[in-house]
Amino acid sequence: MKFTTAFKAVATAGVMALLMSTAASAVTLQLHNGGDPGTLDPHKASGDWENRVIGDYIEGLLTESPSAEAIPGQAESWDISEDGTVYTFHLRDGIAWSDGTPVTAGDFVFAFQRLFDPKTAADYAYLQFPIKNAEKINSGTIAELNELGVKAIDDKTLEITLEASTPFFLEALTHYTAYPVPKHLVEKVGDDWTKVENIIGNGPYLIKEWLPGSYVRSEKNADYYDASNVKIDEVFYHVLEDQAAALNRYRAGEFDILTDFPSDQYQWLQDNMPGQAHVTPFLGIYYYVLNQEEGEVLSDVRIREALSTTVVRDVIGPDILGTGELPAYGWVPPGTSNYVENAYHPAWADTPYEERVEKAKALMTEAGYGPDKPLTLQLRYNTNDNHQRIAVALAAMWEPLGVKIELFNAETAVHYDALRAGDFQVGRAGWLLDYNDPSNTLDLLKDGVDQAGTINWGNNYGRYSNDEFNALMVQASTELDLVKRGELLAAAEKIAMDEFAAIPIYWYVSKDVVSPKISGFEANPKNIFRTRWLSKSE
Amino acid sequence: MLAYAFRRVLSAIPIALIAVTACFFILRLAPGGPFDGERALPPTVLANLRAHYNLDQPLIVQYFLYVWRLLQGDLGPSMVIDGFNVSELIAIGFPFTLTMALSAFVIATIVGMIAGMVAAAYQNKWPDYVLVLGVMIGVLIPNFLMAALLQLWFGVYLKWVPAGGWVSGSWVHLVLPVTVLAWPHAGRISRLMRGSMIETLGTNYVRTARAKGLGERLVLMRHAIKPALLPVVSYLGPGLSYLLTGSLAVEQVFGLPGIGKYFVTAALNRDYGVVLGTTILYMFIILALNLLVDLVYAWLDPRVRYR
Repeated sequence: MKFTTAFKAVATAGVMALLMSTAASAVTLQLHNGGDPGTLDPHKASGDWENRVIGDYIEGLLTESPSAEAIPGQAESWDISEDGTVYTFHLRDGIAWSDGTPVTAGDFVFAFQRLFDPKTAADYAYLQFPIKNAEKINSGTIAELNELGVKAIDDKTLEITLEASTPFFLEALTHYTAYPVPKHLVEKVGDDWTKVENIIGNGPYLIKEWLPGSYVRSEKNADYYDASNVKIDEVFYHVLEDQAAALNRYRAGEFDILTDFPSDQYQWLQDNMPGQAHVTPFLGIYYYVLNQEEGEVLSDVRIREALSTTVVRDVIGPDILGTGELPAYGWVPPGTSNYVENAYHPAWADTPYEERVEKAKALMTEAGYGPDKPLTLQLRYNTNDNHQRIAVALAAMWEPLGVKIELFNAETAVHYDALRAGDFQVGRAGWLLDYNDPSNTLDLLKDGVDQAGTINWGNNYGRYSNDEFNALMVQASTELDLVKRGELLAAAEKIAMDEFAAIPIYWYVSKDVVSPKISGFEANPKNIFRTRWLSKSE
Repeated sequence: MLAYAFRRVLSAIPIALIAVTACFFILRLAPGGPFDGERALPPTVLANLRAHYNLDQPLIVQYFLYVWRLLQGDLGPSMVIDGFNVSELIAIGFPFTLTMALSAFVIATIVGMIAGMVAAAYQNKWPDYVLVLGVMIGVLIPNFLMAALLQLWFGVYLKWVPAGGWVSGSWVHLVLPVTVLAWPHAGRISRLMRGSMIETLGTNYVRTARAKGLGERLVLMRHAIKPALLPVVSYLGPGLSYLLTGSLAVEQVFGLPGIGKYFVTAALNRDYGVVLGTTILYMFIILALNLLVDLVYAWLDPRVRYR
């Protein structure tokens, strides 16, 4: 054998061996994560694309099962006082931050204090407001952080006291706002603790790289308490907001999971990649807000009723969007926990459409409008093909009523700025539940809060206001009996919907595409799938 | 030439200041802000965020604070990407955009010039027609569509190159983005080169060179290329500026961490610091390239004098 031939053979074998060993030693998940994470700090995050990354590198007292149910995380067990207001958590043995420092109850106390400290400016601190004095500290009414209802009994025991019994509190603890942060590191480097050169975690993965606009990369944490069951060694969370391009890259085999896809490609996916697209009911509502401020034309309930009852919701999911979103007539998504069994369903939803249109025309005439005196309304939506399609469809549905719609689209920041300022008549909005409880959507219709002489309506863009509704919401917030609480909330929902406080359009669905190589993916109403439960075959 | 360059640099300072001022105020007067999202922030949170970024100060105070920091070389923090300041984002995105743009620029210039010369030499013959067709495809198809088509053909169907993404140091990930960027520029350069070359080949001195018995190749290389390059050179500066600033669609489709993507995302999110920082960067690039082109132009054509 010539020397060159022998050399080529050895080199080829070497390269092959190297490739095989690399393939055998590292299982990499290529996850299309959508938007660019704005932060890796759990107290500053606000999007599901941030949650996917953060929930892989930090774990709270509780975490999510493969089906996104609350299960023990850093806490091994907990006790709840009889009145449901005091929770005592017992931390696992041997849990540590990735720099080797033990995770203690003190880290949780520090994290909750940081979350509510107004200086942190945490967007979602309000999700943990059931904790005693949390809201007062966050609003600056109480300056002393130690008055928060979160105490370390010892390094392994944490006690959380609530304002009142809160049925969804354990579920709320799975949210990233309840995650611990490494006290020793934050005290040393401040907000820079999430820079890649500093960052540490206590979850199944460790952040290794963050290239804004392209990807975040993490690697398996060998010191995680359940590391032996974690099958994926490395995760790329890819940034790519162009859904068509993301689907192309999935088809090219560059992504293992897509967390969204163009609705109009659903049929193609079903035909060409059967079983890979998962369209699942998602806890969220797509709706239109109607400006009901005094003096506005839509403060007239007759016009609101005419508009709402003539929306043909059945065609929107299957025909306009193509992904089969279910029509929404109520305000609380189906499948929401701690609620009544029978969802709100108005009688008018079952009457023939022609009858609904006739009644709506009569209501419009009563209100002083009709073909001779058309009502012109401006409809605002944020720039997006689907929002535009729905807006155009609704404008057509309202035309027989003598309602002329002027469409006005704007980018997201401008759109929501206008909604909050009340500078709109009809506006597109949506809400994905932060925790699985009916109060999370019903709170959207609560009264505004008087602040320094002006009313802050928060997310109640339509300025819907009903004393009876508000009273029921307050009553429900202190009701310990879950069945009674559900009934109170259902009564509140009925009041708001019977008054057409807004126009629910459809219930959201999550849209994932999962490669057959991936096992352990379970579609669920929260659309949370943690990497630790996934595995990948070659 | 040095004095001329120095004068040009000095004259750029007021232009830069006007541009920064205009950009600052236009951006602040636009509706919406960096903290306006789908969900309303609690008032205390919003107030703290605004105070943290000095947004609670009168606009004119904010302006002078910004200019003061700018003079010290501080572009400020990103208000949307937590933990990154504007300089860091530019440090990540700009080398990437520069690599992509320069690669596309070199390829487009070489391919465009050769194609233009060949087309001129074979005017109204089949190589000319083929090249014109290739050029038209590159110029007429918008780059986001071209990006999607190439991604589908070469990434998805043929799997010759990655359909997107970026791995540090991996040139193969740049093949499709650079092709998409280079193609229309190669097209424009070849059209300029072809037209200019045809015109030059019809001039008296070229006819004289031919009459002296020089071969066609020598005529082309020795006498026609340099004068024919003038319109091409005029285009190269703006062309490179466009490549540096106009790669947004390509960066979006291929998921690349370039500066164009940061700019547009920041503009949509009202991330004031990033928009201003990238605008200032773009402005300096454009001013520098214009100056460079003027200098090269003068070198190519001695009739041009510095004033």
